[in-house]
Amino acid sequence: MTAITKKPVNPTAHLTPEDFEQIGIELDAIRQDVLDARGATDAAYIHKVVDVQRRLELASRAVLLFSSLPPAWIVGTIGLSVAKILENMEIGHNVMHGQWDWMRDPKIHSTTWEWDNASTADGWKHAHNEIHHNFTNIVGKDNDLGYGIMRVDEDQRWHPMYLAQPLWNFINACFFEYGIAAYDLELGRNLRIPKEKRSEQFKTNLSKTLKKIRKQATKDYVVHPALSIPTGSFLPTLAANFTANLVRNIWSHSVIMCGHFPEGVETFEKKAIPANETRGEWYVRQMLGSANISGSKAMHIMTGNLSHQIEHHLFPDLPSNRYAEVAPRVQALFEKYDLNYHEAPLPQQVYSAWHKVVRLSLPNGWLATTNLKNLPEQTKLLWAMTTKGPKIRRAAAARLQQQARRVEQAKAA
Amino acid sequence: MSITVPSGATRSASGWSLRTSLRKVAEAAVTPLTLDDVLDHFHPLRGGTDLRGRIVEVRPETTESATLIIKPGRDWNGHLPGQYVRVGAEVDGVRLWRTYSLTHGPRADKCISITVKAIPDGVVSNHLVHHAKPGDMLQLAQAQGEFVLPLPIPPKLLLVTAGSGITPVIGMLRNLFSRTEPYAGDIVLLHSALTRDAVIFGPELRGYAARGLIHLVELHTDVDGMLDVADLDTIVPDLAERTSYACGPAGLLDALEEHYDARDLTLNVERFRPTTVVAGEGGTVSFASGVTIEADGATPILDAAENAGVIMPSGCRMGICMGCVIPLKEGAVRDLRNGALTVAVPGETGPGGVPIQTCISAAAGACHIDEGARSR
Repeated sequence: MTAITKKPVNPTAHLTPEDFEQIGIELDAIRQDVLDARGATDAAYIHKVVDVQRRLELASRAVLLFSSLPPAWIVGTIGLSVAKILENMEIGHNVMHGQWDWMRDPKIHSTTWEWDNASTADGWKHAHNEIHHNFTNIVGKDNDLGYGIMRVDEDQRWHPMYLAQPLWNFINACFFEYGIAAYDLELGRNLRIPKEKRSEQFKTNLSKTLKKIRKQATKDYVVHPALSIPTGSFLPTLAANFTANLVRNIWSHSVIMCGHFPEGVETFEKKAIPANETRGEWYVRQMLGSANISGSKAMHIMTGNLSHQIEHHLFPDLPSNRYAEVAPRVQALFEKYDLNYHEAPLPQQVYSAWHKVVRLSLPNGWLATTNLKNLPEQTKLLWAMTTKGPKIRRAAAARLQQQARRVEQAKAA
Repeated sequence: MSITVPSGATRSASGWSLRTSLRKVAEAAVTPLTLDDVLDHFHPLRGGTDLRGRIVEVRPETTESATLIIKPGRDWNGHLPGQYVRVGAEVDGVRLWRTYSLTHGPRADKCISITVKAIPDGVVSNHLVHHAKPGDMLQLAQAQGEFVLPLPIPPKLLLVTAGSGITPVIGMLRNLFSRTEPYAGDIVLLHSALTRDAVIFGPELRGYAARGLIHLVELHTDVDGMLDVADLDTIVPDLAERTSYACGPAGLLDALEEHYDARDLTLNVERFRPTTVVAGEGGTVSFASGVTIEADGATPILDAAENAGVIMPSGCRMGICMGCVIPLKEGAVRDLRNGALTVAVPGETGPGGVPIQTCISAAAGACHIDEGARSR
């Protein structure tokens, strides 16, 4: 993707200031309708989900006490994976967004919730709610764009290290919870600062996170395996818990990639965001910077309703069970203002997001100008760009982009 | 100084430590939840967790009032007749707290009861009278209140009540008359209600009167008019000899207190708190740190406080991140996005106040805010 202001046709160019204002008014009205309708059925919903999740987790862990029996291992691991996904996605993420604060139940409240994840609730709330939701898809401000380790935009200059980014992305998916924890701590930035110059805030947060990781790891890799010793299931339970964490990590990573990474989701230039961005302008940025996943009700619940990423980004504090109901109204608004409502099934969105990761791991234009016939030459060129220093890299990059433009023109003609 | 430790203590100490270690393992197995969070799903009324109660029975008293029989959690400390309890009910999904008098003395079935009169526009009272059903859970606090009979119980009593003001008094009466050694004193109950049918516990009170247990004077204000305190000396000639208790609307209680003060007599009064908070535009905001500021109705409390040098938690400043949520202990604030009011009344809203987002809330009247109470 390219920031919308650098595109040949800015997808918001046809909107007048009055349109922006009207979009803000119409979206506020949708929000208000949900606030007015919110009540006992919503409360019953979240209580039910929490209850089901906890019983499922307990039951799965009970089954895993006998995990040396293969059927028990399979059933317990599936159950625990689902429980962990529900806990992180439909419950934890949404509770920490304050979606259920209106119930005034101190047990289900953004200020008290702690989740089954390596990242602490406080750290995550800061990085996710405060930075990512506010500065969604602004290159250089929203760290969710590539998590600071990947090239996710044509505007980011290519460097040979990005060749490995599909691998990084895969590793990040497997250990996603630790990735999030590191990212919430801004670990990379902080580790570059000399030890004695690191802020007190960072040191406190780091020790809190390490404590949390220790407790989480003790639970999954010491306590439950040890409880399984009587049936000779220490190692199987350990493996089951590791697998459940892995499944949860890969799943949540995939869902989150689908939210902002698929091809066609827009990004924004820091300097193109007005100092006093209006409510309407903010809304439009959220509308274009997110993508939905279409699918069944079960799929929506398992993604924590982040399959309604667009609705979630417009109304992050509305109860997740209401997104499906407002989606048609939001989509109608997109159509009315001729904006692209980005929605596709999960496999398609995951593929698209991964395609982008691979495409941008290569210099701009490389993939577009490569075919079977010229593959050896192109590989040689890539090799040269990787090994022969910045001068050659820049020259080759310029040439590639020129060729890519020509290919595109030829296609158009 | 030497202390002899009885041999049993060692056993119980080791028993205790086994229990503590087992609990530690269980806590480690369910982190980041606590063991209580998990057990609450199976046994919410056990000891050691938040105090709750389960409604066992809802018994209509009049068309607009009902008695709820509640089985309290294990940690319920008991109560004295005349005391009240804070009750948290979920109305339309929102937990709201109110205070109600306990209408029984200690019961054989270990349950407690409250009697609620549905007041017009009363969100919680209407819910409890008309929509609560057996099986519903309520949050509870321990019983409180000084409106109790002294020991030994005085030989002559005067009880003046009006409307739902009968509720703490019925608890006293029921307790007095259910004892193995019945109370032998002399009770005058002067009760006012709108109509005969609106008298809560009417048949029961008339039954006590018929058995000669109390001398009951009923005033039905639709025909008799309001109680004129000046008539009190005629209705109860031996007023000065009686230990007196009164519960009812503020107007009645004020008049009674004036009457008693003028005669240099003591009156025990129970006042139900007025629940109305008058919301305005802007107001005085006081903080736990002692700072007090004047905030207008268009400025977020967060900005107003920071401008005055109060250290506030903050985040996105646009109502998204919940980084600025702190409790409003008392007062009213208005959501600047849609004008919605949030009101906190001590004793009625949750014990910790009502959490608000200061970045999108403006003062709507005088407020007290605890900026240091960011949980965890």
